[in-house]
Amino acid sequence: MTGRGGLFGVLAEFERKEDLLAAARKVHAEGYRKVEAYAPFPVEGLAEALGMDRTRLPWVVLAGGLTGAAGGFFMQVFASAVDDPLNIGGRPTASWPAFVVIAFELAILFGGLSALLGMLALNGLPQPYHPVFNVPRFALASQDRFFLSVEADDPRFDPDRTRTLLAELRPVGIYDVER
Amino acid sequence: MTPRPPVVRPGHTYASVTEKISAVVLSGRMPRSWTAGAAAGLALVLLFFYAVGLLFSAGIGIWGVNVPVSWGFAIVNFVWWIGIGHAGTLISAILLLMRQSWRTSINRFAEAMTLFAVACAAVYPLLHLGRPKFWYWLFPYPNTMGLWPQFRSPLVWDVFAVFTYGLTSLLFWYMGLIPDLATMRDRARGRFARAVYGFLAMGWRGAARHWLRYETAYVLLAGLATPLVVSVHTVVSFDFAISILPGWHSTVFPPYFVAGAIFSGFAMVVTLAVPLRKAYGLEDFITECHLDNMGKVMLATGLVVAYGYLMETFFSWYGGSRYEAAMMADRLGGAYAPAYWGTLACNVLATQALWFRAVRRRPLPLFGAALVINVGMWLERYVIVVQSLHRDYLPSAWHMYYPTVWDWATFAGTIGLFLTLFHLFVRLLPSISMFELRALVPPAPGEARG
Repeated sequence: MTGRGGLFGVLAEFERKEDLLAAARKVHAEGYRKVEAYAPFPVEGLAEALGMDRTRLPWVVLAGGLTGAAGGFFMQVFASAVDDPLNIGGRPTASWPAFVVIAFELAILFGGLSALLGMLALNGLPQPYHPVFNVPRFALASQDRFFLSVEADDPRFDPDRTRTLLAELRPVGIYDVER
Repeated sequence: MTPRPPVVRPGHTYASVTEKISAVVLSGRMPRSWTAGAAAGLALVLLFFYAVGLLFSAGIGIWGVNVPVSWGFAIVNFVWWIGIGHAGTLISAILLLMRQSWRTSINRFAEAMTLFAVACAAVYPLLHLGRPKFWYWLFPYPNTMGLWPQFRSPLVWDVFAVFTYGLTSLLFWYMGLIPDLATMRDRARGRFARAVYGFLAMGWRGAARHWLRYETAYVLLAGLATPLVVSVHTVVSFDFAISILPGWHSTVFPPYFVAGAIFSGFAMVVTLAVPLRKAYGLEDFITECHLDNMGKVMLATGLVVAYGYLMETFFSWYGGSRYEAAMMADRLGGAYAPAYWGTLACNVLATQALWFRAVRRRPLPLFGAALVINVGMWLERYVIVVQSLHRDYLPSAWHMYYPTVWDWATFAGTIGLFLTLFHLFVRLLPSISMFELRALVPPAPGEARG
């Protein structure tokens, strides 16, 4: 756990997404929980195979959007009816239909910002350093190969047994990941 | 039903898709057409700087604007550019929600087009302010004058709409780029390039849990961008429709403007796609099928626009307002009639060629149609702004509008700005979304489907 040096985990490389999916299911079924799968594009069912089936992100975006809408609306009411009321032809100062457009635009703006920033925050990005990048072959994870990593922190992790388990899944290669 | 043709030509693998698209940037090969295009763009940017510099020192008087046509080229070009932007968001958001997988080959550069078009559009209202250094007065901020913007004004709505639109498009584009930036980081050879791509990719490593949140965020952003696209051009049309000027005060404006925006935007996507696929040999990814689909969208939106023209004419007769009727008579036969008939010739007549498969599926005829439509949509905005404005209720206020050489120079300058930005984009970032295209690669023959 202390700085560099030591084993972070083992990494298995696969050529096809079906193999990765099968491997993820198998390793999860064996009781490993500190497992991560890497793919060059979203693979349907992969996160589910690792036991993650949903994300809180929609709620973050909903909260952001509502904040934008309410904030925008009350900003306009405050500006036009409270802080600087102008009586123009006896029209109401808090003429809400005129405020809908800006409230709507701000709902979109805040919703959109919370979608991107929420995604990054929940994913723990930006993350300049991660041990998997120490494996040179991992550069292919953003191109055409699929990887499965089992971390040494996992209570079930055993260098030999875990390697044997991964080897049974017919990977193209197995690599040690240094911290 | 016959199966749909594949979006990517057969024979590609994950590796070949990645290789081919990233090579456009990483190989360092610069086709002569790129150099020529970038040089032309840069020359026009210089003209732009000169024209804007002169405007700042001499004032708005160097333009042809006057009373009553106080909105001249600036607003014509603003509406034209912002309309062009719409196809990019339409492709990335609405077609994504509708699960149209053909969008994948064109969404990245269409989104870039949106950003650059919005940047060009935003230049005009700022210059038109007369005192551009006070542009931030349009935003609500606590100030010593104790003043707020007039939130009931469509012009202030426009500020919020366009600002939101620009920023949301940027978010969408950047988010779509993150996984591809990681690919560029892993493939780039130079230290500097690796550092820059790596910084922008923020340590993306394609973990399954990351992808799940990523896809959720992408769909949510698309869901937000879809009503945004419709709202932006609706708000732009409010700038006109909420006034009481004959020729502007019309309820058909919001839908008609939105359709026109998509129409001109798709024309611009075609204008960019045809040379792009030719210059870099991307015919495997931007296939005839894509050209065909874009042609169909242009045809459909063109017909909506034609309906808008018809209804405008019909209302001015059926509405019984003599001022509306006089405006329409002037539009059909007055001083600006050539611009109006030109609009009809480009947008209604020429568009009918898109009924033919042979036109839609061949790059050159389609490119020609797209250019004609771009001109036609510009003429349409010219007619709406200038012709409606030059004659209102009082004959004593009637006046002609003549664009000056500086109007034209500024317009040419923004085209140059757009060209330059687009050429830089093609050289520096993958112009087709690699990770989305990988997911569409058909399984190799003999390989079982998962």
